[in-house]
Amino acid sequence: MATFTLGEVSIEVDEDGFMLEPEEWNEDIAKALATTEAVDILTEEHWKLVHYLRDYYLKFGIAPMIRKLCKETGFPLKKVYELFPSGPAKGACKVAGLAKPTGCV
Amino acid sequence: MADLPKTPLLDELESGPFPSFVSEIKRAAEKNDMSKDLLGQLEQSYREKIGHWKHGGIVGVMGYGGGVIGRYSDLPKEWPNISHFHTMRINHPSGWFYTSKSLREICNIWEKHGSGLTNMHGSTGDIILLGTTTDHLEPVFEELGKIDFDIGGSGSDLRTPSCCCGQARCEWACYDTMALTYDLTMHYQDELHRPAFPYKFKFKMSGCPNDCVASIARSDMSIIGTWRDSIQIDQDAVREYADKGMDIRSDVIGNCPAKCMDFDGKELHIENSYCVRCMHCINVMPKALRPGKDKGATVLLGSKAPIVEGAMLSSVLIPFWKLEPPYSDLKEIVDNIWDVWCEDGKARERVGEFIQRVGLGNFLDAIGLEPVAEMVAHPRENPYVFYEDYFEEGDEEEEEKG
Repeated sequence: MATFTLGEVSIEVDEDGFMLEPEEWNEDIAKALATTEAVDILTEEHWKLVHYLRDYYLKFGIAPMIRKLCKETGFPLKKVYELFPSGPAKGACKVAGLAKPTGCV
Repeated sequence: MADLPKTPLLDELESGPFPSFVSEIKRAAEKNDMSKDLLGQLEQSYREKIGHWKHGGIVGVMGYGGGVIGRYSDLPKEWPNISHFHTMRINHPSGWFYTSKSLREICNIWEKHGSGLTNMHGSTGDIILLGTTTDHLEPVFEELGKIDFDIGGSGSDLRTPSCCCGQARCEWACYDTMALTYDLTMHYQDELHRPAFPYKFKFKMSGCPNDCVASIARSDMSIIGTWRDSIQIDQDAVREYADKGMDIRSDVIGNCPAKCMDFDGKELHIENSYCVRCMHCINVMPKALRPGKDKGATVLLGSKAPIVEGAMLSSVLIPFWKLEPPYSDLKEIVDNIWDVWCEDGKARERVGEFIQRVGLGNFLDAIGLEPVAEMVAHPRENPYVFYEDYFEEGDEEEEEKG
């Protein structure tokens, strides 16, 4: 497993760059991880999405379905991709410090 | 380059009469270390009877949520060249028509950025490019864009639509499968590239009931060409088949599942209202019989391979549509289906399973489609009748009073 280091932040990540210990997440880590997903500055809208994902994950232990995410944040899917160009599963979930979503190919 | 790893078990797969993927990987391994390690790891898997790929990675290109499948070896130390071995799905042209130039260009890009190994084609229909590392994904995407190829679908999205060669080469095609496939692909780009469904959704277009792309078994929405008038008969050609020794009674009529044909030695008679469009007679006597003139397609819904529930075949949703551009009727019904399924479908629930769970009646209500007799999957087999209409609100109270 790899260690991701940026400035003060140093965390263990898997081969896709997702946190291995999601409970260690904090906002500085989010800022650091965002740089790996082509997001330089986390705006208020980014944080809204990240906190929604984070809260849902802490409550249910999984990532929400995309449609639910769009509905509850009020962001249409296009907007989500504007905020996180690598998409909600790869970009937003990684920055929010979720364990890697399992997906079917 | 070092020698190829010893692969006694894999070599067995080269000994039969058929083309072998092992020979292909060996050929690629002469030029490419990824393929060499792939051979080594596969031999080890065969020896240990354990797969050495980890389950699922999340990688992709910017702006897209699907189309790239992350693959990692769980033995990165032993086989370092395939520690990352991602798959890219590339949207194939409708009907799989290529120029040799475009095939060469795709292969050149892949030899430059990946293992050089391809699947032509995967089950969904896409061009499958096997094996590359994360840092090569964007360059491949960019170079493919320059030769007009785009990434296809993967994950919980619209998978790359695919079709038979249709009217381009086949005389039986009852509608233009390639035109519809292209139209749907372009119309639903968002759904193809940005997964937002409960699970995958596949369209497959077949030009006639021979269903050469097996759409009835392999696609959530199967669009199969058909006709609603009579099979065209050339009686002279029928007699010619008989004169040349074809036993029409046993080989044609005897195999008709609907038993709707008769031959008196001179004239072939077909009772078209009983015909189930199985294509058998047309396939055996292609010079004498043709599909009717009033052509279109049947739209079916719900097939899937066994994962959560068992395997299912699609069943009829729309008995007959002419299916002509701009296909607005079809798109409207597709949008309605997606709305309902995305709203109430569970994660990893295919639309066929969803219908099974909520019931076809409720589903039809929700998508705004009237039930018709053709939707019954197995006519004359269901002894249960549902008398919903006979009960009105208040009926029960009156009964109690009485």
